[in-house]
Amino acid sequence: MSAEPHYTLYHPRWYRRRVSVWWWLQKRSYTGFVLRELTSIFVAFFAVVYLWQLRALTQGPEAYEQFLARLTTPLFLALDTVAFLFVLFHAITWFNLTPKAMVVRWRGKRVPDWLILGLNYAAWLVLSGAVAFVLLRE
Amino acid sequence: MERITPLLWLLFSAGGTVAALLFPVHFFLTALAFPLGWLEAPSYEFLHRLLTHPLTRLYLFILISLPLFHWAHRFRYTLYDGLQLKHLTVLIAVLCYGAALAGTAMAAYLLWDIS
Repeated sequence: MSAEPHYTLYHPRWYRRRVSVWWWLQKRSYTGFVLRELTSIFVAFFAVVYLWQLRALTQGPEAYEQFLARLTTPLFLALDTVAFLFVLFHAITWFNLTPKAMVVRWRGKRVPDWLILGLNYAAWLVLSGAVAFVLLRE
Repeated sequence: MERITPLLWLLFSAGGTVAALLFPVHFFLTALAFPLGWLEAPSYEFLHRLLTHPLTRLYLFILISLPLFHWAHRFRYTLYDGLQLKHLTVLIAVLCYGAALAGTAMAAYLLWDIS
């Protein structure tokens, strides 16, 4: 009993099937899941575009004109179209998840899913309208 | 890491909500409707005047910062699970949250700096 027992975190001798990095292409629901996870990249992309615009606005009118011109290049238009679709996918999947993630009770009864969904989409509509109103008011 | 997980999750979900409610309209206008000429882009003077209001600055700070944390949290797990990089946990977490912090700091600086 002199030898110390030897523990390893992993068990290399156990049989484990190697899973391909492309496992999510085999089933539609898996693909949907991964696409939903990938929306975060495009969310970050847009946050960076807005930072860029903000920086241009702090630098002056020429920088802002340059920012506007850059966004009209084919590269950005193509990228932005794809990114917009992903951001939209994020919004829709996010709203559809809320009733599952957040169970709201009102006077002892569970608020039905359709009501929470409806409120989400209504808030989306109102806020989008408000943003458009402010930005197009000029 | 374990202790701040609830906070990170809160930032993730707040950022996801901000991005879901407000990004589509901002994105549509700024990146598609204005560049394609469907609608006229607001002028520099107009936007600059908007930015002088403290509420606009607060709004923009939230609009930029929270979704970056949403990205950091979600992308971290995308990398772990999607690309099977479980052994790089710490490095990935530092890079993701670090990038979100850097973006937040830049937004704060720019919004503070506007005259």
